[in-house]
Amino acid sequence: MIFITSVCLLTSIAAQDADEILKRVEKNMSSDNRIFESSMIIHGSRTSRTITSRSYSVGDKQSFTEYLSPAREQGTKMLKLENQLWIYSPSTDRTIQISGHMLRQSVMGSDLSYEDMMDDRKITEVYSARVTGKEMVEGRNALILELTAKVSDVAYYSRMMWIDSERYVPLREELFARGGQLLKRSTLSEVKQIDGRWFPTKIVYKDMLKQGKGTEFIINSVKFNQKIPDYIFTKAALKQ
Amino acid sequence: MIKFLLKGLIRDKSRSRLPVIVVAIGVTLTVFLHAYITGFMGDMIEINARFSTGHVKVMTRAYADNSQQIPNDLALVGVSAIMEKLGSQFPDIEWSPRIQFGGLIDAPDENGETRSQGPAMGMGVDLLSKGSAEPGRLNLSKSLVRGELPDMPGEALLSDELSLKLRVNPGDRVTLISSTMYGGMSINNFIVSGTLAMGHEALDRGTIIADIEDIRSALNMEDAAGEITGFFKTGFYNNELAINEAEKYNKSQNDGENDFAPVMKSLSNQGAMGAYVNMADVWADYISLVFILAMSLVLWNAGLLGGLRRYGEVGIRLAMGEVKGHVYRSMIIESVMIGIAGSVIGTIFGLFFSWILQKYGLDLSDMMKGSSMMIPDTVRARITPVDYYIGFFPGILSTVIGTMLSGIGIYKRQTARLFKELEA
Repeated sequence: MIFITSVCLLTSIAAQDADEILKRVEKNMSSDNRIFESSMIIHGSRTSRTITSRSYSVGDKQSFTEYLSPAREQGTKMLKLENQLWIYSPSTDRTIQISGHMLRQSVMGSDLSYEDMMDDRKITEVYSARVTGKEMVEGRNALILELTAKVSDVAYYSRMMWIDSERYVPLREELFARGGQLLKRSTLSEVKQIDGRWFPTKIVYKDMLKQGKGTEFIINSVKFNQKIPDYIFTKAALKQ
Repeated sequence: MIKFLLKGLIRDKSRSRLPVIVVAIGVTLTVFLHAYITGFMGDMIEINARFSTGHVKVMTRAYADNSQQIPNDLALVGVSAIMEKLGSQFPDIEWSPRIQFGGLIDAPDENGETRSQGPAMGMGVDLLSKGSAEPGRLNLSKSLVRGELPDMPGEALLSDELSLKLRVNPGDRVTLISSTMYGGMSINNFIVSGTLAMGHEALDRGTIIADIEDIRSALNMEDAAGEITGFFKTGFYNNELAINEAEKYNKSQNDGENDFAPVMKSLSNQGAMGAYVNMADVWADYISLVFILAMSLVLWNAGLLGGLRRYGEVGIRLAMGEVKGHVYRSMIIESVMIGIAGSVIGTIFGLFFSWILQKYGLDLSDMMKGSSMMIPDTVRARITPVDYYIGFFPGILSTVIGTMLSGIGIYKRQTARLFKELEA
């Protein structure tokens, strides 16, 4: 009886710790708004391509991305408002809403899907977390968190996160299906202090079900808490 | 003796004309039916070849391993060079690059917003090159329901069912949403030039067909193709030849285990087609065998009746002192002559009718309307080497066996009874 009570107590403490850790992580990773320019290097099974873009976002609910290069993708824009996503193609002058199974499609051929971009809920709202151990990751002390979905409408049933125990920045993440199959892995690095927060500027995504060597997402510049005009987050802005 | 018997047969028409006609008709039917069955079974293979497998197909090794998923990220690149090499290495095969893909067809409203959307399977084929065989191979002209075939870049054909579902008419603009060769999203506009009913439920449910250059541009596949299909210039699939050509090509490639090296597959080496080719061969042989047996019975009966009809003549010859064995042998030799003559004539006529059906075909398209099966709308025979000799089995053997059986009676007849029979 004492043993069971102790186990329950320890589990509860671990969960509380995990939630606290995740809140500190969110403090680093989230912001009221941000503007950043990035390069996405997609390492396919044959060649690598680099796509650059500029993104504006307010919280986690609104974002607008304009692709800057290469020429084929230049002018393509994406708008996310709450749980809706539109893509504008300048060559066809069409705005298409991405929904249903299209959300599972890869973003520009990368290892990221539109579905990955759409999940804007706070991680603590969707997953129950617990600390399961410690490990060194790229020379940094990391806490290992195991997250299990507490809602049914999630793309990944469980996750493993390696969190820098000093800076509270994720260093590695693995996403699993309900059956336990590893679906995606991301490695975060080049953590820099920007505007008083620790922020990883390089993320390598790997879709484990896809051939190729993964996608590098490099943030070339990021500005937090900027003034972003409201019209950016409208469908009319897509055609401008 | 043979010369004597031959003269007898030629002069006495009652002994030769009818038996030769009966044998010739039987052999004609045998040859024609065999060619027809071979042609029909072959047509079922041909229709799959034309729409999907080709007689042979060149793909990358990785694409071939996952061909059911149509993995265009594993497509062939440098297709012009590969085509040139194939053309010089296999001059008896016509080569055509194709791109198969999946996607969504989006029909806009007057504001350019999505009005309706539906999934589609797509095919990029050479529609616009002068003299391209692809529109004919896919039977596009005959499958047109509304509009016309594309005659300029940017035009596409939609299956009629899909066009009705999307409320799209020829001349309307639709947007194809698909994936590029590199996995990115591709969005491209097409003008619907016409709508098709292909006679196959899967194709009619949702298909878009456009010129391969438009699809290359849409899917970022410059000088690339998912597959290069090859068709024998004879127009018929020859399994042995296809396997040999594929082996020859694959041996000539020295790319080790490179996943992106081109590999050639014969039709019978793709999916379930191997089992179908074998089944078609077995069924063609089986149906032909049943018919040959039936025809043999008819001709055997004809030989039997021919022998019995000459009961009186044989009696007189025996009464005149001709040896029984001599009479029996002469009748068998005569039946061999009749069998050969009938078989030769029957084979000539059988081949002639088969050739007509092979060349012109029998158009059953009116009967096929509304059919959900992928079966040919024009039935054609196919003459194979077997047709040159298959009629001789029932034609000669059955006639001779019939005569041999009826001739057994010769040995059973007694001289004393002969005179009584003759008196009667």
